[in-house]
Amino acid sequence: MTMNPNLDVYAARMLPEEEYFAPGHRACLGCGPVITLKLVMKALGPRTIVSEATGCMEIVSSTYPQTAWGVPWIHVAFETAASVAAGVEAGIKALQRKGRYPDSGRITIIAIAGDGGTADIGIQALSGALERGHDFIYLCYDNEAYMNTGVQRSSQTPYGSWTTTSPFGAKSIGQKTRKKNMPSIAAAHNIPYVATACPSYPFDLFEKVRKAKAIIGPKYLHIYSPCPTGWRIEPNQTIQIGRLAVESNIFPLYEVENGVWRLTHKPQNPRPVSEYLRAQRRFSHLSEDDLAAIQRMTDDDYQKLLNMEKATQPSAVKTASPKKATAKIARSSGKGGRK
Amino acid sequence: MNEQKKEPGWQDLPIGCVMMEARSTRHYHTGDWRSQIPVTDAEICCSCGLCWVYCPDCSRYRDLRTGKYDVNNFFCKGCGICARECPTGAIKMAEEET
Amino acid sequence: MARRVGIEVSLAVSEAVRVCDVDVISAYPITPQTHIVEKLSEMVAEGELDAEFIMVESEQTAMAACCGASATGARCFTSTASQGLQLMSEIVFITSAMRLPIVMAVANRALSGPLNIWGDHSDVMANRDCGWIQIFVENGQEAHDNIFVAFRAAEDPRVILPVMVNLDGFSLTHVIEPIILLDKEDLGDYLPPYKPVVRLDPANPVSMGPASTPGMYTEAKKALEDKLRGSKKVLEEAWSDFGKRFGRHYRAIETYKTDDADTILITMGGLSGSAQAAVDQMRAKGEKAGLVKIRLFRPFPLDDFLEAVRNARILAVCDRAISTGGMGGPVYVEIKAALYGRPDAPYVAGFIYGLGGRDVRVNDFEKIVQKARVQANTEIPQPYEIIGLKE
Repeated sequence: MTMNPNLDVYAARMLPEEEYFAPGHRACLGCGPVITLKLVMKALGPRTIVSEATGCMEIVSSTYPQTAWGVPWIHVAFETAASVAAGVEAGIKALQRKGRYPDSGRITIIAIAGDGGTADIGIQALSGALERGHDFIYLCYDNEAYMNTGVQRSSQTPYGSWTTTSPFGAKSIGQKTRKKNMPSIAAAHNIPYVATACPSYPFDLFEKVRKAKAIIGPKYLHIYSPCPTGWRIEPNQTIQIGRLAVESNIFPLYEVENGVWRLTHKPQNPRPVSEYLRAQRRFSHLSEDDLAAIQRMTDDDYQKLLNMEKATQPSAVKTASPKKATAKIARSSGKGGRK
Repeated sequence: MNEQKKEPGWQDLPIGCVMMEARSTRHYHTGDWRSQIPVTDAEICCSCGLCWVYCPDCSRYRDLRTGKYDVNNFFCKGCGICARECPTGAIKMAEEET
Repeated sequence: MARRVGIEVSLAVSEAVRVCDVDVISAYPITPQTHIVEKLSEMVAEGELDAEFIMVESEQTAMAACCGASATGARCFTSTASQGLQLMSEIVFITSAMRLPIVMAVANRALSGPLNIWGDHSDVMANRDCGWIQIFVENGQEAHDNIFVAFRAAEDPRVILPVMVNLDGFSLTHVIEPIILLDKEDLGDYLPPYKPVVRLDPANPVSMGPASTPGMYTEAKKALEDKLRGSKKVLEEAWSDFGKRFGRHYRAIETYKTDDADTILITMGGLSGSAQAAVDQMRAKGEKAGLVKIRLFRPFPLDDFLEAVRNARILAVCDRAISTGGMGGPVYVEIKAALYGRPDAPYVAGFIYGLGGRDVRVNDFEKIVQKARVQANTEIPQPYEIIGLKE
């Protein structure tokens, strides 16, 4: 499949039909993360092992005795998605080397966690696994709060958002801090591939997952997954809100491949962030000034992204040869110098 | 139907409570949850498959005789994403008759 | 060929792990376990041990990574102490519930605060309910031997449970003792390759680690409890087979001169050696003292214990951990619970000693026996006593 925008509408039927994340799960109506997982699992296929953190997707998919998973799946604790995945990867590596694993081919290992299990309690395990270079995919389904426990704030909750632990009030705008930039934290580990995606752009998501699967080494995917329950939108608005997030540059779609930053979608006429924010009751308390501030922050961040794209383009990454420079200086001083 | 099966005795539990049957949530009737159901006008449906792509509950299927998409009653929770996203407006949510 | 060498006990543990041909080691350094993992690291680097050594960024990851690896069917080993065990405490309870047969050597060390790098049993005692098999060794030979026993029992299809091999930090881990090291040839088929009952394998997809409900959590705990209790029989088989092959016999409860003992000392871990010397000292003076060394703490070997103390009038239970705010040390409380209500149960006196690496001398054991006798003469339960407390 190629990333040909002209095929956007008609390529839907070309996605694999088999469901490795089965229906019958207990997710809310219109749940964004399950759409993400459904599409991710279609892209990965059956030779995949999932290590999942405690959270919405774990609870709705695997409360005894039923599991939604059609691939091997393991859950240990909240902060352990990456650490368990590291163990799975090492275990299979050792066993295959010793000829004691039933499958001798490459198996995709994916760690799945929400924004809490990734950016907060799970960040240590994630950083360690990325640094050690395990061959696995890390997927963060970002619904911007600890949704499973009742919409408490996380470091991924955006500025100004209501949550139960960052409620707005006479003395509070809601979340006081800005969303921690997880994709750039992952990229700072010098891993081969980092990407952001959103199920509202399903073919972009699918391609990125397929691309990650083919790369050897640690890969980080940050997938924006709207939550009607926590964001206070209608269940039917999940895909629409995701689209607005991307089109307003609130959540840009980009890749970082071996240190080269590239936006995979550049909205021609970006929507004002107010359109995105006003559509969600978690932002309904924000004033016009707040909206303007968020617009400025969004524009700044997007510009920074464009700057990264420019600065890391392969043609831009050239350094002057130090030897040539010394030789020039030596010659100009008339004292001979290096030959 | 979601039967109230006899809850397992401690000797019935598998090792480590491992769930041995893959995709066993398929037995669970989430269709019970909905209060509205998507109704598809086959004349207008252009068979693009977007409703199937976006459905959180794998509740769209393609009728292979007609090529058109329709709802899977067993799982559909009635969220309405398909109706909103359908590019031709072929899908409308309706109050479900009980 | 088995060879007898003077070797640091930590390194003897590493040698045993190497001979067991583990597949994955996932460990984080913490005093006094460091020599065990450093040696294993060296062995992997030199190609003497074919294993994946995951140099994790914390103990919590160490145990979680072991869980992941074990779930694929790999033989896993880790090691920790004190604060490390506390950091992985959340996970160790999950490890046993998920029935992952990992072996962990715990270099028992005092828990902070205040920070203390020396040996006592507070780390393992803080986790005694975690559902792991818990073995306490007395000396380097036992430490080395019980690694083999641990893997064998852990991976037995009738058990499939994780095992903690506890050895005293510094006073055991860092001493050099003459130890007979077994090699692969000696081991023979004592430890067969690990055949998991269920594993993560795309050909047969299962889901491990579900969420539970009030409707089945109790049953899940009972199932684990049942398996843990049942593991004693398998451990005894493993020890018995070990004894037949290698001439060193281990039991859940070791007794020393208990048959006609009036007062029996109860100890666990390295101090048992000093206690044994004290018993000889007292016997030489005509006192009828005896010693019970608890080797298997979990599952608690009730029948063996009752049998061992059946003739005693007084038990002097020595704990190397304090259960702050409670009725006494963990072993003391366990034994009182075991004996309560039984006809002709001995008087049980409780002592806490050796906290934070404080030395306990042979003579201290004599004093303990005397104190126990004084307590027993009052014929009423007395509060526990901390030995050697500086007022």
